Amino acid sequence: MITTALIFAFGCFGLGLLFNLWRIATGPDNADRILALDTMVINIIALLILYGIWQGTAVYYEASMLVAMVGFVSTVAYCRFVLRGDIIE
Amino acid sequence: MEFAIEALISFFLIVAGVFGLVGSFGMIKLTDTLQRLHAPTKATTLGVGGVLIASMLYFLLIKGGLSFHELMITLFLFLTAPITANFIAKTFIQGNLRAKDLPDSQGEFGWSVYADPPNRTDDNDE
Repeated sequence: MITTALIFAFGCFGLGLLFNLWRIATGPDNADRILALDTMVINIIALLILYGIWQGTAVYYEASMLVAMVGFVSTVAYCRFVLRGDIIE
Repeated sequence: MEFAIEALISFFLIVAGVFGLVGSFGMIKLTDTLQRLHAPTKATTLGVGGVLIASMLYFLLIKGGLSFHELMITLFLFLTAPITANFIAKTFIQGNLRAKDLPDSQGEFGWSVYADPPNRTDDNDE
């Protein structure tokens, strides 16, 4: 039963990644693309944790924690670059 | 008992999947950028939160070991989500709106994207 639920969750988050990719491709504004990239990071964190349950190991928490940190920093850096034309002033 | 544990974990996994899908579907369904800012909050809180709860229950009840890494990820996401939302909204406002489009800030100073920061020392206007 857990396997079926895991496959369902994998499908949901994978489909969500495709939706975000659509928004990145067609987004009329820079803010849309940043938002879609941020949501992609969220979905990938969820996928990594799901893969950890699938494999039955706990080593993927470190990976998802790192992805969360890098995602936050990259989102803020991209926003700073669009806002100010520079990342560190 | 075994069945109840599996049902509980599966319930959290399915709830997480549905909310993650809803959060990403909002990205293509909603029409305005500031409306779209609302959609991924579902994926952040309930989507990732449900996955993390399911993971904690799985490793606690089936593997037999409690780990608190999941709570750290949840805490980090909850702390950073408002900051990224604020930055994305600022980016949109700077690129698409003028100062006259915004309501009055009701305070001593104007909105941060348009007005100078308070107490600037190199300002010799007044």
